[in-house]
Order: sequence, then C-alpha cells, then structure tokens
Amino acid sequence: MLTVSNLKKNFGTIQAVKGVSFTVDKGEVLGFLGPNGAGKSTTMRMITGFIPPTSGTAVICGHDITTDPVSAKRCIGYLPENAPSYHTMTVTDFLTFIGKIRGFEGRVLKEKVESVIVKSRLENVRKQTIETLSKGYRQRTCFAQAIMHDPQVLIMDEPTDGLDPNQKFVVREMIKEMAADKAIIVSTHILEEVDAVCTRAIIISGGQVVANGTPAELRAKDPQGRFDVVFRNLTMTEGPAHV
Amino acid sequence: MSNVKHIKTIFQREFKAYFDSPVAYVFLVAFLVLVGFLTFGVTMYYERRQANLTPFFFWHPWVYLLLVPAATMGLWAEERRTGTIELLLTLPVTLVETLVGKFLAAWAFIGIALGLTFPIVLTTAWLGSPDMGAIICGYLGSLLLSGACVAVGVFASALSRSQVIGFVIALAICLFMLIIGFDPVINAVSGWGVPAGVVNAVASCSLMQHFDAMRRGVIDFYDIGYYVGVMVFMLAAAHVVTDNRKAS
Repeated sequence: MLTVSNLKKNFGTIQAVKGVSFTVDKGEVLGFLGPNGAGKSTTMRMITGFIPPTSGTAVICGHDITTDPVSAKRCIGYLPENAPSYHTMTVTDFLTFIGKIRGFEGRVLKEKVESVIVKSRLENVRKQTIETLSKGYRQRTCFAQAIMHDPQVLIMDEPTDGLDPNQKFVVREMIKEMAADKAIIVSTHILEEVDAVCTRAIIISGGQVVANGTPAELRAKDPQGRFDVVFRNLTMTEGPAHV
Repeated sequence: MSNVKHIKTIFQREFKAYFDSPVAYVFLVAFLVLVGFLTFGVTMYYERRQANLTPFFFWHPWVYLLLVPAATMGLWAEERRTGTIELLLTLPVTLVETLVGKFLAAWAFIGIALGLTFPIVLTTAWLGSPDMGAIICGYLGSLLLSGACVAVGVFASALSRSQVIGFVIALAICLFMLIIGFDPVINAVSGWGVPAGVVNAVASCSLMQHFDAMRRGVIDFYDIGYYVGVMVFMLAAAHVVTDNRKAS
C-alpha cells in the first residue's frame, strides 16, 4: 500500500536523508526507529507531501506523492510531531473543519465527527477550545483528525511523546485496534513501544536504513536478545558501542 | 483544478478565527476611530462645507498602510509558529486553494471594517446632496486598494514564523508602493533632475495613483486591472515562498 523508493533530502549541503526505501503492506504496523536527528521526521514529511524530496518518491495506494499529491494525501492520515491543531477552535469545530476539507458534507460529516470523537474518547471536551486542553487531549484531538476519513495509510510521528503511562497505553490500544485493515507507520524512540505495537521495525541512522525486520529478528542480533544493545550498536557511530 | 469548496472551507475557518479572539474587535474599533479622527479632526470635514467624501478617502491609503499588515501578519506566521502548517499542507488541498482562501478571508475582514464606515455616507447625504456614483466608485477603489495591501501582507506573512517580521515587511512594501506615487515625493524626485518619463513610469506603478482616479469618481478598467495584477503577483510570490520554505 505504501512504497518508498530511494528517498533523499538535502538541506543546503547537509544530506538529511540519504536514500531510504521500504514498503508497508495492509495489516502491518511499521515501527520507525532512530536517534534524534536521524531523519525520521524528514522522511515522514516527504511521504506525506509536506516537503518535496530532493530525489526519490513515495507511492501511496498507487498515487505518487510527487506527481499526484492531492490523490495521495487523500489516502493518508497524518499525525505530525507535537500534534499541532488550531488552538482557538473547539474540538468539534476543528474536526468539522478537517471533515469538510476531506470532502464530507451534511449528515455524513456530523456522523464522522461524532464517531471519531467517541473513538478518540473526546466526549467530555468536545465543546472546549483546544488551548484549554491538556497535552493528552490535544494529542487525541490531532489523532482524531488523522483517522476521520478511515485512511488506508496512517502515519504517526511520535504519537506517544510526552504522554503519561495511561495515555500511552490508550494510544497504543487505538493503534492496535486499527492495525488490521491499514498500513501504519509509527515513529518513536521508545524501544518498548516496538514490542507493544509493531509487527516490523526499521532502524534509521544518519539518514539511512540500518536494519529492517520483525522485532524478534532485530532482537536476535544481540546474543542476550537486548533491544537497546542492538539499537546502540546500529546507531552509535562513536565511542564504545558494546561493553 | 482548484476546488471552490476547499477555498470556501479555508476561508470560513480563517474568517472565523479573526472573531475567535478579541483582535478583530480591537482592530475594527481602531480602524473606525482612526478614520473618523483623521477625516473630521485633521482634514476638517465639516469646516470644508462640501458634500463629498474627499477628506475621507484621502486617508484610506495611510490607514491601510498601518492596519492591513496587522490583520495579515498572522496568516502564515502563526501556522508556522504553532506547526499547523504541517497539518494544513498535508491535507488534500492545493497550496493555491489555501492561499486564495486565506487571502479572501483577510480581504473580507478588511471589507467589513470598510463597510462599517457607512455612517459617513449617511451624514454626507443628510448634510447635502453628494454624487453617489462618486462615493460608490471611491468605496470600490478603496476596496481594491485594501485587497492589494492584503495580498502584500499574505506574502510578507509567508516569509517567516515571526509575526513582527511579517508586519514590518508588509508595511515597508506597502509604504514603498504608496510613496512612489505620492505627489510630494514625485515633486522632490523630479527636482533631482530625473527625466519626467522615468518618474511618471515609476509613479504609474504606485498604489496611490490608481486610487487617486477612483476616489475622484473615475472608473477605468486599467486601474481595476492594475489592482488585480498586484494581487495576483503578490499571491504568486507568496506561493513560491511558501512552497520553498515550508519546513523552516
């Protein structure tokens, strides 16, 4: 459903992403791992059409993001880093705005907004402006806009960042609920999350894919099966990698 | 292909956003007080004993110069600062639709401010018998002038995440485009020995010259075309800037 081929991005003379390729199929939850600055967000921004790649492309449900961005964007639900939203709007108004842009009207629009409010557990705050909400609710509001049109491809940039343990649990449960009929990418630097939700993981470092496999396969790279050691070996470029 | 529904949805959100905060009301009051003060206090509307709106329209370029950048500075800068630009530009809309929606929302907002000056028309009509055609023409010219300033503001706002920079740059561009057609400036430049042809050519690019004709009651398609041209050019420039600097 999602094919990323040889995606590259230069910012001036800095090569942020140096040729990333992978595919995600329906039913898969792909964990996108890597240290800060590895190029995770840049890659996701290119896949979702926010920034244009220097070269390479991503094909989403048959639509090339560089040549047919509007059709490709229709198939994607995207939760950007830090879950941005319009803070002066109420939760209902914000979701209605997104729904209209997504092409829903009238009764269908109302139903979509209502169902996504229930699904994201926002019933108690639907009439509040987003600026008055806690971080967990803001995160869920932005999550709600990403899933409203039941996208085939769901891309989430650090969806559990800054949430408390209970909120993290809720978000992970929601991802698992939706996993069956979607292709999902979740970026994170929390290794335990990979075990909790992902069927496969990619480790990216210095703008390149350094590992791609199921959590069990990646674990097997260390004799003791410790994920953090594997991660460190693959992504630390200096200093003692393994003690 | 631009989708009118998308433009409408973005327009509605932007327009309502003005009224979601006190900014809109502060702005409208400031606009009306300023226009009223300048018309009655400085250009002595009553003392002139003439039933026309010449002293009223005289001030419009200068009031727009100050207040339009304030109304437009947040259009893109705020999206960048809060990160919603990433949300907006990954929705299935084109950048053209987004730009046009934002531009029209800001222009409509200024249009409301302009519309709320209607009591001065009633006053003039009650005191004498003004040429209503000239008044309508003046309002149309003023609306077009404000649209050009709004387009400049949209462009300036797209340049950075700072609203202050958006304000100052919009003000600088508008000021430049006004004074190149402002009579005292034209006279001063002519005095430096610059050929009259050059001075006139530059002055004819000014926001001021085209408004001067319209506020006197002359509608020329050339003037209307000029304002539409400025708007299209500025929005195209904003498109280039936004497209190239999305993530910064």
